[in-house]
Amino acid sequence: MSSSTPEAPSRSGEWPLWEVFVRGQHGLSHRHVGSLHAPDAEKAILNARDVYTRRNEGVSIWVVEAHRIAASAPDDKGPMYEPSNSKVYRHPTFFDIPDDVRAM
Amino acid sequence: MYAQMIKSTGQGVKTLDEMEPQERAFQERIDAGGKIEPKDWMPEGYRKNLIRQMGQHAHSEIVGQLPEANWITRAPTLERKAILLAKVQDEAGHGLYLYCAAETLGITRDEMTEQLLSGKAKYSSIFNYPTLTWADMGAVGWLVDGAAIMNQVPLQRTSYGPYARAMVRICKEESFHQRQGYDIMMKMAKGTAAQKRMAQDALNRFWYPSLMMFGPSDAESIHSAQSMAWKIKMNTNDELRQKFVDQTVPQAEYLGLTVPDADLTWNEEKGGYDFSQPDWAEFFDVLKGNGPCNTERLAARQKAWDDGAWVRDAMMAHAEKRAAQKVAAE
Repeated sequence: MSSSTPEAPSRSGEWPLWEVFVRGQHGLSHRHVGSLHAPDAEKAILNARDVYTRRNEGVSIWVVEAHRIAASAPDDKGPMYEPSNSKVYRHPTFFDIPDDVRAM
Repeated sequence: MYAQMIKSTGQGVKTLDEMEPQERAFQERIDAGGKIEPKDWMPEGYRKNLIRQMGQHAHSEIVGQLPEANWITRAPTLERKAILLAKVQDEAGHGLYLYCAAETLGITRDEMTEQLLSGKAKYSSIFNYPTLTWADMGAVGWLVDGAAIMNQVPLQRTSYGPYARAMVRICKEESFHQRQGYDIMMKMAKGTAAQKRMAQDALNRFWYPSLMMFGPSDAESIHSAQSMAWKIKMNTNDELRQKFVDQTVPQAEYLGLTVPDADLTWNEEKGGYDFSQPDWAEFFDVLKGNGPCNTERLAARQKAWDDGAWVRDAMMAHAEKRAAQKVAAE
């Protein structure tokens, strides 16, 4: 199984690429919203504020340099995720609980 | 439509039987409504076509700031000024969402900027028309953003994941743009005789250029057929243009303004309006660079890029110096 970590870019003069994650208003997890270029983390957060939260979309921003993210490879989709398809007992609906037991 | 005349492979659409297994699996996934993500295998033609289309779309958003920025300092009230500023800022945001989505296909931001400035990449013909009066701010929001929405709403279902997700954000914001434009038109159409004349004049000048935004008829185009098979184009140009006319004519009637087309008539049989085509010779001429404002628009982008160079360099140098200091201190 392989994972892909993109190599650090060697672009002359171009600001690094940052991936942006925003937490919405209602206590949910940070969610990926897009990316942008910035010279450093501090400016990346400022830019993310302007690009991705112009309409109260969030209360917290994470940024991470794009090349630091490791991702599972698309070709591994089968071996990675299919095994769980057969494990239906992992879902609560697998178990029949008699109505007499009432709420559970 | 912010992307016009996008060339595809030019090879015509292959049938599933003509495809190698990898490409067939790719096409079947698209046919089933699945999404293609950045690291997935894709035909080279799909990648190139998308880079061209998304690049052109992004450039249109960026250049599209210029005709409206022209009126920010002369907006009639503080409220109108704040609204227009917010709209122009949104256009910058739309450009950035699209650039970052296009970058997932392996082109850099600087390469795209370079293509815009060299004229290799195009942007929508509409932004080469001047905005002469305040009423043009109304006409641009109402007609130009209205025409853009026609195309962008279906693109939320496009096959390329990052493009579709960018479109979802964009569509939410475009709706504000169109409404603010119509709001300006309502105010002027109900204003003094002079204001109403200005509103009518803006409609007269922007009507045909707005119809051109959809591009010439492409029912017979092999480029469009391929793009539609790949679901990076969802409707033909004529379908979208018809839909736009059908939606917009009653809005003009409500304003008490006249669409500048003597042949405009309701066609009961087709359930839509019959209307005159724009001057396609003019369209091709504007695309070639001979519109009223092509030179001015590109010069403004070039100046912004050149004048910003020292800022980009200085910020990068500062970031590198601070990173080095941090390493030294550890």
